[in-house]
Amino acid sequence: MELEISAKGINKYFGEKRIFKDINFDVRNGESIAIVGHNGAGKTTLVRILCGLIRQTDGSIRYTVDGKKIERENIYPYIGLVGPYLELYEELTAQENLDFFAKMRNMTNPQARIAELMEKVGLSGREHDEVKTYSSGMRQRLKYVFALLHRPTVLVLDEPTSNLDKEGTATVYQIMQEQKKDKILILATNDEADLKYGDKQIAVNS
Amino acid sequence: MQLILKAFYIFQKDIRQEFKTRYAINAIVLFAVVTLTAVSFSIGTFAAGDEVLAALLWIILFFSAMSGLAHIFVREEETHTSDTLKLVAPPMSIYLGKYLFNFFLLLLLEFITVPLFFAVMNFSISGVWPFLASLVLGSFGLSAGATMIAAIISKASAKGALFAVLSFPILLPVLIMGINATRIVIREESFAAISGPLQALFAYAVVVVTASLLLFDFVWNE
Repeated sequence: MELEISAKGINKYFGEKRIFKDINFDVRNGESIAIVGHNGAGKTTLVRILCGLIRQTDGSIRYTVDGKKIERENIYPYIGLVGPYLELYEELTAQENLDFFAKMRNMTNPQARIAELMEKVGLSGREHDEVKTYSSGMRQRLKYVFALLHRPTVLVLDEPTSNLDKEGTATVYQIMQEQKKDKILILATNDEADLKYGDKQIAVNS
Repeated sequence: MQLILKAFYIFQKDIRQEFKTRYAINAIVLFAVVTLTAVSFSIGTFAAGDEVLAALLWIILFFSAMSGLAHIFVREEETHTSDTLKLVAPPMSIYLGKYLFNFFLLLLLEFITVPLFFAVMNFSISGVWPFLASLVLGSFGLSAGATMIAAIISKASAKGALFAVLSFPILLPVLIMGINATRIVIREESFAAISGPLQALFAYAVVVVTASLLLFDFVWNE
């Protein structure tokens, strides 16, 4: 599946306060971009706009799937997002969370995929523990399972390695490497090591 | 069909969460029991007429519902799971799933509160089935309106106060029609006797659900 995201003249204001202005880029399969900027520059806001979670104030974002334009609200099935503001249901177990998300994503027989991803992020054996018993690093790993469950064409990672130990960070780098081979990877980070995985850099500042 | 199925999955997820935390159930049932106790002590010395009791029953149900029905959206916001839900579910399924959950919660509240009210307040009616029909239709309307308002206030800071203030004018017709229906079934036992309030409750629920389905996308995504 070929997907292209084309952003033109994106501005964002919260009330009178300008967060960033004139963001332009194109990204398609096999490419990756890194969004960089100081704390408070609006990296997370731009990520949320790209994922269709909030609207930009001005400018346009065009999503094209196999040559056909799709609307913002129809982009969600193509996106896998990991971010510090995106939480899973902590009263439920990891398995209950993932079963719910798999059903919502119309996945048939998701158990093999869940097991494969839980193994990959090092959470095998903890499927039946409630998420509230997880450490912050384990929660971050579980967010990767959530994001990758439906094999998204666009993987968007906001602070991709936050809360992760060395082993977890290595797993994430492997995931990023695999994603950028033939799909789209979008990173929002200030970590020099993470930035290596972005082919292009987009600087966000007000 | 997919929308309905996904609404059911959301309902299932919410039920599972609720039975683990029991936040909304505890809030509304405790509120109802405490209010019922307070009312029974307050008017125990008067001989309140059945018509006054009919009004009191609906007032207890209404305010108990107000204490817990907003939780369904407030929880998603406070635990930062609303974006997660947004990524996996279409808005219409989210509204329907949450509506179903609030409807279930109201039925549970009525299952506990109504028999208690009848016992404690020595209240009796002639038309049991018409009364139950008015309760169910009233719950349809109450939960439809409350679910939509809960979605609106979930992003605000003073959620509790805002929910009550916004809900009251919108849900007032249900309260009035519910009280009317209950007043009638005190003496009448046929459905025909309360067909007016029942039709009005049904029409209200249909209008609010339809309007909510049309508007929810804007509320949820803006």
